[in-house]
Amino acid sequence: MAKPKLEKHHINNDWCKGCGICVALCPKKVLELDDHEKVSALRPQDCICCKLCELRCPDLAIEVETKE
Amino acid sequence: MALKAYLRERFFPHLWCPGCGHGTVLNGLLQAIEKMGLSRNEIVMVSGIGCSSRITGYVDFHTLHTIHGRALAFATGVKMARPELNLIVPMGDGDALAIGGNHFIHAARRNIDITAIVMNNRIYGMTGGQFSPLSGEDVRATTAPYLTIDPGFDVVELSKAAGATFVARTTTFHIKQMADIIQQAILHEGFSVVEIFSQCPTYFGRKNKAGDAVDMIAYYKENTTPIGSKAKKENPNLIERGIFVQNEKPEYCNQYEQLVQKAMKGR
Repeated sequence: MAKPKLEKHHINNDWCKGCGICVALCPKKVLELDDHEKVSALRPQDCICCKLCELRCPDLAIEVETKE
Repeated sequence: MALKAYLRERFFPHLWCPGCGHGTVLNGLLQAIEKMGLSRNEIVMVSGIGCSSRITGYVDFHTLHTIHGRALAFATGVKMARPELNLIVPMGDGDALAIGGNHFIHAARRNIDITAIVMNNRIYGMTGGQFSPLSGEDVRATTAPYLTIDPGFDVVELSKAAGATFVARTTTFHIKQMADIIQQAILHEGFSVVEIFSQCPTYFGRKNKAGDAVDMIAYYKENTTPIGSKAKKENPNLIERGIFVQNEKPEYCNQYEQLVQKAMKGR
């Protein structure tokens, strides 16, 4: 099976509460909180598509879209 | 997100505080249900009162939001009437083991096919941070300004002793294990208890200087270990996580059906 490739991080700003769990637990430090305390993907090129941010998000605000 | 098919999106963003572990439990629960490919019509979710019990409002299954501590009693009724449905009962620590302690042990004793999820944040969040029977000793709470002196329950030992046939523990840090355990608990025929450590940064975290949600979730990583690991032998203070009990015993609804057949014999 080929490694999944990143298409896009879909972040729902209305649902994100800026708790920072995804930012702290991302193994590649792809995510950061912006000036409005909402998460954004600053370094998408480093993303390894492990989807741990999506799986752990308490607000169900992140979706990592991948392609095979 | 495929999980959105199971949500009542009109109620989002949810009411839980930033960093509350209950949202992660919702996420893990939906991952398990999606993986099993269950239809929304096959699931009944019954909850009581508390932060954790608000979870039923956000999922598009058959849901009942009932009275404090009595979710398992309502769920028992639903299961007896419609044994083909999957019953899931998410509860908080106080809801499950203080107010609902009696219902909890008797549901376990009967071994009725219900999945009980105890979302353990060691505090009553909704009412302002009172200590619960799972807080344990030396915890600061609104009702314990000089620290608690009450020992806490061990959910795993209690459930085992009461007769539950599936008992597991995990945390909000171990999300893949959580989804896997919830899946196995739903598939298990009999009373299943899944204890999930869930951080409450607003009350437990602030009162006990445990830091923010990220610090609390890191605490779960550092202070838990798989069952029977080498680390546990070296440091007995670590809390074990995984599946503690998984055995077969006669299930209550099956037993009841057999009783009905016996009583109806010849008629």
